[in-house]
Amino acid sequence: MSAQAKEMEIQEQEMVPEETERTRECRCFVPRADIYEVGENISVVMDMPGIEENAIEITLEKNVLNVKGYLQVKAHSGLAQTWSEYEAGDYERSFRISDQIDQTKIEAVYRDGVLRLTLPKAEEAKARKIAVKVG
Amino acid sequence: MYRRYRTPSLWHEMNRLQRDMNRLFGENEQERRTAPSFPAINIWANEESALVTAEIPGVAKDALELNVTGDTLEISGERAPDDLPEDARYHRRERTYGKFNRSIQLPYSVDVNKVKATFKNGVLEINLPRVEAEKPKKIAVKAM
Repeated sequence: MSAQAKEMEIQEQEMVPEETERTRECRCFVPRADIYEVGENISVVMDMPGIEENAIEITLEKNVLNVKGYLQVKAHSGLAQTWSEYEAGDYERSFRISDQIDQTKIEAVYRDGVLRLTLPKAEEAKARKIAVKVG
Repeated sequence: MYRRYRTPSLWHEMNRLQRDMNRLFGENEQERRTAPSFPAINIWANEESALVTAEIPGVAKDALELNVTGDTLEISGERAPDDLPEDARYHRRERTYGKFNRSIQLPYSVDVNKVKATFKNGVLEINLPRVEAEKPKKIAVKAM
């Protein structure tokens, strides 16, 4: 909250590249993400505004973390759109996680349009450091 | 701000196409300079009221400030960065933080007392009813 805080800018909406057509009519965007590691946890923070928390699907399979968010399209009856700078849509993004993750301890919190995932490293991953001996 | 009262949906489609084309061919410098400030907004309107929506994820409700004067709406606030311990290591950093302030000129004067705003799941929705006196009135044509 410093006084010299940077002025925020609008970030371009990035579309998910499609190989096959989607069955849902709305567009699908790549959510902006921050990923950081604190101690034994990996945190993934994603901006997914406009999604209900029960419309988020998170899967972790073979080290690939996949997050999907489905938009409930809202109609503004009796109003015509006169100005448009962004489009609401679904979200989808996948990450390959290099560390072993303890699947049972993954935590997900969705608040104010931001999804925060905490992925704790699995026990075997923690102990994987191998000392290299001089031969 | 560009004003338009009722627009056929075709225009929306055209705008969308144009934006897509710009994105496809890379944004030019000119466009960058004229880019509106954060947050991106959408406006829906009819003769009686306007609805402004904005995606502002990661900002607490209390950190948002709305001001309406006459036909101008001002949205300001700040998105604070995550408070991380020193040993945190970033793998990826795509989300931006900082202050924002945006003024929007609406197509008509707003009845300030009737403005309603909701903020849910990172989406701000502001309902701005038009001042009663300015609403269009049907005028009966009398036969002479």
